[in-house]
Amino acid sequence: MTDISITLSEQIQDACSSQQPLSIIGNSSKSFYGNITHGQPLEISSHTGIINYEPTELVITARAGTSLDEINQALTEHHQMLGFEPSTFNNASLGGTVACNSSGPRRPYAGAARDFVLGCRIINGKGEILHFGGEVMKNVAGYDVSRLMTGAMGTLGVLLDISIKVLPKPEDEITFHLEIPEQQALDMLTRLRSKPVPVTASCHDDSGLYIRLSGSSSAIHAAQKNTGGDIIKESKTFWEDIREHQHDFFNNSEPLWRLSMPPATNIHLEGQTFIEWGGAQRWLTGQTDNIHIRDTMEKIGGHATLYKNGNKRDDCFHPLDNNMFKIQQQLKKAFDPENILNPGKMYKGL
Amino acid sequence: MTETINKTTLIHELSQFLDTDSLLFKEEDLRPYECDGLSAYRQLPMLVTLPRNLAEVQSIVRLCNQHHIPVIARGAGTGLSGGALPLETGILLSLARLNKITNIDQDNCLATVQPGVRNLAISEAVADLGLYYAPDPSSQIACTIGGNVAENSGGVHCLKYGLTVHNISQIKVVTIEGELLTIGSHAMDAAGYDLLALFTGSEGMLGIIVEVTVKLLPLPETAQVILASFDDIEVAGRAVSEIIAAGIIPAGLEMMDNPAIRAAEDFVHAGYPTEAAAILLCELDGTIEEVDEQMTVVRDLLTSSGVSDIRTAKDEAERQQFWKGRKAAFPAVGRLAPDYYCMDGTIPRKTLPWVLKNISRLSEQYKLAVANVFHAGDGNLHPLILYDANNPGELERTEEFGGKILELCIEAGGTITGEHGIGMEKINQMCIQFEDQELEQFHAVKNAFDPHGLLNPGKAVPTLHRCAEFGAMHVHDGKLSHPELERF
Repeated sequence: MTDISITLSEQIQDACSSQQPLSIIGNSSKSFYGNITHGQPLEISSHTGIINYEPTELVITARAGTSLDEINQALTEHHQMLGFEPSTFNNASLGGTVACNSSGPRRPYAGAARDFVLGCRIINGKGEILHFGGEVMKNVAGYDVSRLMTGAMGTLGVLLDISIKVLPKPEDEITFHLEIPEQQALDMLTRLRSKPVPVTASCHDDSGLYIRLSGSSSAIHAAQKNTGGDIIKESKTFWEDIREHQHDFFNNSEPLWRLSMPPATNIHLEGQTFIEWGGAQRWLTGQTDNIHIRDTMEKIGGHATLYKNGNKRDDCFHPLDNNMFKIQQQLKKAFDPENILNPGKMYKGL
Repeated sequence: MTETINKTTLIHELSQFLDTDSLLFKEEDLRPYECDGLSAYRQLPMLVTLPRNLAEVQSIVRLCNQHHIPVIARGAGTGLSGGALPLETGILLSLARLNKITNIDQDNCLATVQPGVRNLAISEAVADLGLYYAPDPSSQIACTIGGNVAENSGGVHCLKYGLTVHNISQIKVVTIEGELLTIGSHAMDAAGYDLLALFTGSEGMLGIIVEVTVKLLPLPETAQVILASFDDIEVAGRAVSEIIAAGIIPAGLEMMDNPAIRAAEDFVHAGYPTEAAAILLCELDGTIEEVDEQMTVVRDLLTSSGVSDIRTAKDEAERQQFWKGRKAAFPAVGRLAPDYYCMDGTIPRKTLPWVLKNISRLSEQYKLAVANVFHAGDGNLHPLILYDANNPGELERTEEFGGKILELCIEAGGTITGEHGIGMEKINQMCIQFEDQELEQFHAVKNAFDPHGLLNPGKAVPTLHRCAEFGAMHVHDGKLSHPELERF
């Protein structure tokens, strides 16, 4: 438990007056992600500790450097969890998780990190410590800066403390497996999407379709009877492996693309695909033609991120059109007028 | 290029591309637009435009930008914070005529609609597919989706299903330059900053929403509701926490205090116990098995928590009956006095007894009665202050009392608005909830989208100058809640 807000704020004030770019560093569990930045390191990892946890209010507030492991442990004691099921990788911090909007298998059914963020304290590019949102579920006072920070990769502000809505753990979970090819799997996921079936995770790999159901034991077994398939033994570890990219598919040093698209989309890109999120998130390897990937995604209303590996690390995120880029640049300027917070981490010029 | 312009020339320029019935400028035509749902605040706009398509919206906004004329967007005018209050020198831009559902994408569970489509109309249009749009503000029969996005509207099902921000996928907005911008996507995220979150609840200050793609959910297999009565409101509050602690997230969890119960019962005969200090309505939805099991848990919890009476709706008709009282609570309370003033703070649930005690103390001090309706699940409190605007000074006293309630919410660790927005109404309390540097950050955000301050100016975020004046007034009152706050 240490609070280094003041030190961080002073460091940023100094950097602001000398226009010194900063590279924000948490626990470096996702250092592979995003463009390479060249700045003086700003270390957040010692800014740690759970500040407030009220199980009956369904909210936890912790400092950005707090590890997800510590948070998950505290929540587990009260039979609660982070609803967006983020990857812990190698000791991921809460700040990094929120900065990357890192969300796991439960995302399409419960929401992304951004959906659970209730409030945060940040330091903007002028070194000012600011507080937005709060610890209550409903709060529409002022612009929703807390959610804007989610996924901004520190380029709009350094996250200090974050309040997150938490959920009760489901009473029971089972996963069933259907040995069906991709197209059939996507069709089934589409059918399930509009049915009141308690699905909380889904994926498709070489061996077929896997679907997790959560809720009361009787409810999920009743639902499984209708969907068919075989119940697998290790439901918990199966999804942990996917969440942590320990599944065989990810055991690969080739460029790993994350494709985000409307779930009921049929696309054909060469390479190997691993489908998640009911079809809305697909991982791709074995495809090197960046332009072709991006063009394909553009046509279907999706976007492509070079998530991991690959030589070039200056173009990881899907390009924005001119009008959108201009507005995002103005927004960046509103928070970080000297352009010192992780410049270029998302886009050149942001 | 900026040029000043008078009203006559402006009407002439607008009439180049707007039909005569899309452009209102005579006082009698402007009158219906002088206020939104917060009728205590009234102002005639310079003129009203009612565009029929996107191109007309863009032309209007471009003209406003060119001549530096403020533009205030309006949906159905049901907002409760004066967010759509006109400006004497501004154009009121009504989006009510853009009211088509343009696409229903069953496979992706999305519906794309124009901003003037009513909230409930979306659920009605997709009901035969077994789908619905979850956020259900009380005004859902009339309020528009564009307004819902602008205010980040809630409803009674927020705890489980989230607010507007959780239930939309993409919006299209017209910027102050008149450009069309697509924000979000039909995927689960979009590249770049999360402008979708920033726009949701931005109260028409950053752009004009011209299209919304909402997420659709499958209708739950079943829903059941429990009506629990309590002799003591604190006991009711504790029961709420126990339900949450048991790992149950009800679809709806509503509380009403005795004055609200009496008013509702008198109005719609929902079968509420008029002697109870408080009632809880707890709705559970989901699969049949899940709901059955959770009903047993909730009934057991309530029984051991000290409930005085507990009833389960025996059929769909009775379930609707139970809800009817809650949904009619505002108009019901409205029958108790010539006017009522609806507040909208959110508090951590555990502070409910403290907040209620202080509200009743203030009620005595200001000699104004209060009825409380509470989204107990998510801590969103709606105290309704009863007053008579015809009594000289009573509205002012009501507003001051309302302001004090909001300050209580801040002190309790909550916020001054859960779902109604700041608008014009709570702008002074923003000075208490936020520090100067935070307000300046908000202004910088607005400036990034609207450098000349033409989109709904003066709403939602106070100037530091206004806060300084409000602060001075407050100190003079001798009741400043946060004297440590720095003032401009």
